[in-house]
Amino acid sequence: MISGKYMLIITGMGVVTYLPRWLPLAFLSRRSLPRRLVQWLDLIPAAILGALLTPELIITGSPRHIEWLKPELIAAIPTFITAAITRSLGWTVVVGMVTFGLLQK
Amino acid sequence: MTTIKTAHNEYSSAIRQGVAAAWPICLGYIPIGLALGLLAQKAGLSSVEIGLMSLFVFAGSAQFIAVSMLSTGAGPLAIIMTTFIVNLRHLLMSSSLSLFFRNTGRAMLSFYAYGITDESFAVNQPRFKEGNWGLPQAMTVHQVSNLVWILSTVAGAYGGQFIPAHSFGMDYALIAMFICLLIFQIKGVIYIITALIAGIAAAVMSLYLPGNIHVVIAAILAATIGSQLRDHIERRTAAKPSLQETNTP
Repeated sequence: MISGKYMLIITGMGVVTYLPRWLPLAFLSRRSLPRRLVQWLDLIPAAILGALLTPELIITGSPRHIEWLKPELIAAIPTFITAAITRSLGWTVVVGMVTFGLLQK
Repeated sequence: MTTIKTAHNEYSSAIRQGVAAAWPICLGYIPIGLALGLLAQKAGLSSVEIGLMSLFVFAGSAQFIAVSMLSTGAGPLAIIMTTFIVNLRHLLMSSSLSLFFRNTGRAMLSFYAYGITDESFAVNQPRFKEGNWGLPQAMTVHQVSNLVWILSTVAGAYGGQFIPAHSFGMDYALIAMFICLLIFQIKGVIYIITALIAGIAAAVMSLYLPGNIHVVIAAILAATIGSQLRDHIERRTAAKPSLQETNTP
C-alpha cells in the first residue's frame, strides 16, 4: 500500500523536475534569440560536461575533499586519449570500463 | 501505399538510430539504478514505490538524495525543494536544446522535455547540431533510457544484493561517455577554455556547496567568461583589417 504522503512527495519532485526541463523548450523554441544568447548557449554543453565530469574525477568522500589519485582520474587518461584518437563512443566506453575495472582489482 | 511504407521505414530506421545512440546511457544506468533500488529497499521503499519515483522524476542524483532524505525522516517540502535545486541544471540544457526546434509544436516539446537528463542531453545535443538528428531519434533515446532506468531501480529493490552491480567496470560507463562527448564538443580553443573553467570552478565549489548546485553555477560562469572572451577575440580580429582600410585612402 503506497501512502498518500509518498505520492505527494514524488508528485512534487516530478513537478519541480519537469518545470526546468520544460520552460525553456516551451517558450524559447519558437522565437529568434539574440545573437549573444545563442553564442552563450553554444558554450553551455562544453561547460556542463566540464562541470559534471571534473568533480567525478578528483573529488571524493563525505565531507568532500580533493583526491588526486582516484582510479576515476587514472582511468580517465586512456579514456581521453581513446576518445581523441578514435572519436568513437563505443571504443571510449569500452576502454574506460576495462581500465577502471582493472584498477578496482 | 508506398508513401506509407516509406514513412514507416523512415520511422523504424529513426528508432534504430535512437537505440544505437542510447546504449552507453543504458549501460551506465544499470549499475546506478540497481544501487538506487537497493538503497531504496533499505530505506523501506517497495519496488513499486521506487519504480513510480523513477517514472515521475527520472533524475538519478535527485532520487539518491530523496531516498536518503526519506530514510532520515525528512518532510515532503524539504525533499521537494532539494530536488528542485539539484535538477535546476536542466534549465540550461533545455535552453540550449531550444535552438533546434523552430518548427516543432509545443505539445510535442512538452513530451520531449520529460526525458531531458545529463546523459540524453549530452548524446542528443551534438547530433542535433550536426543536423542529422530529429525528434523521433532523440525521443527514442529518451524512452529507451527512461525504461532502462525504471527497470534497473525496480530490479535493484527486488534483489539488488544478489546482482554484482559493481563488476566489469560498469560504474565507469557514464564517466567514459561524458569524456567522449566532451571531446565531441571541443570545436576550438574557446571550448577547451570554457570546459576547463567550468571543471575547476565546479570542483572547487563542490567542496563548499551541498548537493550539485555547483554544476549550475560553474556552467553559467564558464559559458559567460567563454563568450566574453570569444567576443573580445572576434572584435580584435575584426578591428585589424578595418584599421588597415583607414590607412589606405
